[in-house]
Amino acid sequence: MREILRLEDVSLVYQAENGEVTALENFSLTALEGEQVAIVGPSGCGKSTLLSIIAGLEPPTHGKVYLEGEQVRGVSEKIGYMLQKDNLLQWRTIRSNVLLGLEIRGMLTAENIAYAEDLLQTYGLWEFADKYPSQLSGGMRQRAALIRTLATQPKLLLLDEAFSALDYQTRLAVTDDVFEILKSVGKTAIIVTHDIPEGISMADRVVVVSGRPGRVKSIHKIELDASGGQLTTPLQRRANPRFTHYFNTIWKELDLNE
Amino acid sequence: MNKKISTLGRKEISAEREAYLAGRKRKKLQVRACQIALLVLFIAAWEVFARLGVIDSFIMSSPSRILRTLANFSGNGLLVHVGITCFETLVGFGLGALIGNAIAFTLWWSPFLARVAAPYLVVLNALPKIALGPVIIVWVGAGMQAIIVMALAISLIVTVLEMLGGFASTDKELIKMAKTFGATRWQTFVKIIYPSNLQVLFGSLKINIGLSLVGVIAGEFLVSRAGLGYLIIYGGQVFQMDLVMTSVLLLGVLAALLYGGVALLEKKVMKFVQR
Ligand SMILES: Nc1ncnc2c1ncn2[C@@H]1O[C@H](COP(=O)(O)OP(=O)(O)O)[C@@H](O)[C@H]1O
Ligand SMILES: [Mg+2]
Repeated sequence: MREILRLEDVSLVYQAENGEVTALENFSLTALEGEQVAIVGPSGCGKSTLLSIIAGLEPPTHGKVYLEGEQVRGVSEKIGYMLQKDNLLQWRTIRSNVLLGLEIRGMLTAENIAYAEDLLQTYGLWEFADKYPSQLSGGMRQRAALIRTLATQPKLLLLDEAFSALDYQTRLAVTDDVFEILKSVGKTAIIVTHDIPEGISMADRVVVVSGRPGRVKSIHKIELDASGGQLTTPLQRRANPRFTHYFNTIWKELDLNE
Repeated sequence: MNKKISTLGRKEISAEREAYLAGRKRKKLQVRACQIALLVLFIAAWEVFARLGVIDSFIMSSPSRILRTLANFSGNGLLVHVGITCFETLVGFGLGALIGNAIAFTLWWSPFLARVAAPYLVVLNALPKIALGPVIIVWVGAGMQAIIVMALAISLIVTVLEMLGGFASTDKELIKMAKTFGATRWQTFVKIIYPSNLQVLFGSLKINIGLSLVGVIAGEFLVSRAGLGYLIIYGGQVFQMDLVMTSVLLLGVLAALLYGGVALLEKKVMKFVQR
């Protein structure tokens, strides 16, 4: 498989009024095409910072980030970034919200619009296209936010605790949805979460990050897919007996950090 | 994929709901009835006391005398004066809003400028702008232009401060979201920041329409050429209290209409934006 993302010894030091904060230190990571990588770690360990660096929103103090072999300098069109909140604009309809990314990038072609509308249809939001965000449930809104991101056809998806604002039931359902979407379009994704089970259930690899400054503490390869090549959803993966084993290993590692 | 189609927009009104709505409507009517009754009572009492000679209608005027003054609008040129005051207010208000928003945008664009300007804005905001009246007249000449400048001066700084505050407190996450799509600063402003602050804009417009009117009346007091402010000053000097009271009454009506106009504009714009 082709390598899509490569981080080489990335460090980031924030300069603040009351001193320096080293958010990340010597962080190296690669992601292959179609792979889902979960990043877990205590809060404040630099997970969001890491995604901001990958997205090109924040230049690293040291180190380099490569996307498909090209060094990242500034916001890249190849990346779709989903934040914790859906950040839908309340004064726009769902359709108009979903097109926002394309609009900002100046990519509002008939073809791209049709693709976005296709996504609305596929993911059950078509009837709500002309509604406003306030008229939708949290799960639907988060799905709309995902479509807004997917509409720009990113090569790499970054999810920053993208489900943590949802209630537990919705969260499990949306996780399944998103997983299915990611797998069906073969998207590479970096999934940041502080929820270990969520990370394990969605990822091919889980990267454990140590407490501040964030460093790669360990990487766990997750093998929970049923044999036969069929899609195994996160819920099904949770039911796998090995799930608990992964959980215990990762949980202990995180615990040792505190 | 879960296919939960919600029952959004279905409307079936239960008996309890109907009773609740009827109750609310009744309360609303009661309040309105009391408001009208109070006004009628006040006018009637004023008229009756004036007729009975309890109050001196030469000094206090009376509703019938005000009516007579109103009816004589072709003779005393009331309409022209109302029109002039209205025009000056609208121009001053419009310029204040326009320039105020432009300055707020500039200060948002350049945080450096904003920091430099901060103490000046605070002082200018606290300064009673009316005090600048004589200066303005000397600078721009004693005429309509001075009055408009006063109306502008009185609403400008408030607009700048309100809008700048609104821009600064726009949801950071929304801005980050736009940035992840590579939004330029201009795009962020147009697509996220300004629309996020339409409520703030209309809040400041609603305050400023009243403030502009204050500026215009103060200006007309000073310039003393035309307008309701001039009529009030003039009427006071020649002891025509009917004219003064009529002008004050018209001023009240004008203020209400102008405010209502802004409120209506807000409704229309909000509706247009929500489409
Ligand atoms: N703009 C900033 N300036 C200074 N410090 C920051 C800034 N952003 C984040 N930090 C600090 O960097 C550390 C990592 O933050 P973050 O990446 O948000 O952690 P996480 O997402 O893992 O909770 C935190 O200690 C935070 O306080
Ligand atoms: Mg975070």
